[in-house]
Amino acid sequence: MTETQIVRRVIKPIVFLAALQPAGWLVYNAFWGDLGVNPVETITNHTGIWCLRFLVLTLLITPLRWVSGLNALARFRRPIGLFAFFYGTLHFMTYFVLDHSLVFDGVWEDVVKRPYITAGFTAFVLMIPLAVTSTTGWIRRLGGRNWNLLHRLVYVSALGGALHYFWKVKLDTTNPIYYFAIVGLLLAARVWKAATKKRAVAPAAARVAPQA
Amino acid sequence: MLIKPTPDLRESEVTPRELYLRRREFIGAAGAAAAALATGAMAPGEAAAQNPSAQKLANLKKSSFSTTETMNSYRDVTTYNNFYEFGLDKGDPARHAHSLKPRPWSIKVEGECAKPGTYNLEDILKWFPLEERIYRMRCVEAWSMVIPWNGFPLADFVKRFEPTSKAKYIEMRTLLDLRQMPGQTEPALVWPYREGLRMDEALHPLAMLAVGLYGEVLPNQNGAPIRLVVPWKYGFKGIKSIVSVKFVEKEPLNTWQQTRADEYGFYANVNPDVDHPRWTQKTERRIGEFFRRKTLPFNGYGDQVASLYAGMDLRKHY
Repeated sequence: MTETQIVRRVIKPIVFLAALQPAGWLVYNAFWGDLGVNPVETITNHTGIWCLRFLVLTLLITPLRWVSGLNALARFRRPIGLFAFFYGTLHFMTYFVLDHSLVFDGVWEDVVKRPYITAGFTAFVLMIPLAVTSTTGWIRRLGGRNWNLLHRLVYVSALGGALHYFWKVKLDTTNPIYYFAIVGLLLAARVWKAATKKRAVAPAAARVAPQA
Repeated sequence: MLIKPTPDLRESEVTPRELYLRRREFIGAAGAAAAALATGAMAPGEAAAQNPSAQKLANLKKSSFSTTETMNSYRDVTTYNNFYEFGLDKGDPARHAHSLKPRPWSIKVEGECAKPGTYNLEDILKWFPLEERIYRMRCVEAWSMVIPWNGFPLADFVKRFEPTSKAKYIEMRTLLDLRQMPGQTEPALVWPYREGLRMDEALHPLAMLAVGLYGEVLPNQNGAPIRLVVPWKYGFKGIKSIVSVKFVEKEPLNTWQQTRADEYGFYANVNPDVDHPRWTQKTERRIGEFFRRKTLPFNGYGDQVASLYAGMDLRKHY
């Protein structure tokens, strides 16, 4: 098998199965009635934290590629990002359907009045155009440069997600601060890379495909 | 292919409705029993029904203050707790509270009263007949339960010590003991936990001190051996594992107000019209129910307690 085949036939299925584990955990425990005393809370927290984790993983891939030189990693950026959107959608739907029983007024009041919901909702909404344009067809339609530019919105989503978590916690902000630090570090890596690249490459020889 | 009609189900084969409705308890009980067999022991509070090793409370007087609403299960009440002295997760108290030693126990009574002193819990329990009171409990986090508490009116307890005219408030404290309450090694809150009531609130017949629930001695994770229950206020007013009662002239600073004064006040009356800054108080999730329900002023006890706050701006005194 060529490297491409190994990635496509072996590694990708493994990554997909692993990424579905958190959803599997939910289905399994829901089936056995084992989601705790407050299942809505359990589902909300579980899908929320996994959305944030996948956002962090998405941001991790490019710096990891720089460090390791493994360009095949780039193939996982879109699927992992889509998993973040998948868990984000479950998270939002849990909140909207299970917690607010599809009552729009309650959700809207939250979005407008409560900063932690504003941050989380913004983070989620910004992921929608990214999910929609995640296909190869859309990359072609938009052009690589525009597509990369648009998909930088994921930075805002990750920061919004971390902020949402930070503001939501009642007392112990240790974990949210970790997420903040990691997202901040991954964004700083990009700034640093861009700065050093500008210095290294002569302005006339600008590269065509900027990295997101 | 020919599909044969299935024979009618005989009446005797149908699971009675009561049993069917309790099926999860049986599954849970079977699981707990299997776990107990495997480990040779039953962890405290882990049984699906009541805790078989807990001491039963006898001669419980039924109270007319009890609600007829469906009670939450023993499991709900004893495995989903906010008791930060044992950890911040709601499952932590049930897992870690075994380190608390609720016997022997004494309460120090001090301040503006004629009979200060240190009183043994065993003696205190002889003073009053125990009642069963089924109360709604509304947490400030917007969930609620219905809990059958066992205890006695706080008013009877307070009057024993003959508070003076200077006693305008009552302040209570939780045990401070890093070994028994390992959560106190974390600076999550300023320990020990403190709560207070205005004197007329403390003397209100609805306020009670609980020493049990579901007809059994109070499990550690629920605030053993003695805790406050004030059903018209948010749950955090119900201070647990009380070791000190002080009669004071000035409004005491309760722990949550000290921690975040913009989010938690002294009165903490359940009030759907005053939102917590981060979430709505208009509705709540009754544990075990699918849809949120409307939150009632004073948690539905307005007829009894609203007069305590006549003329007060409850938006200001949240």
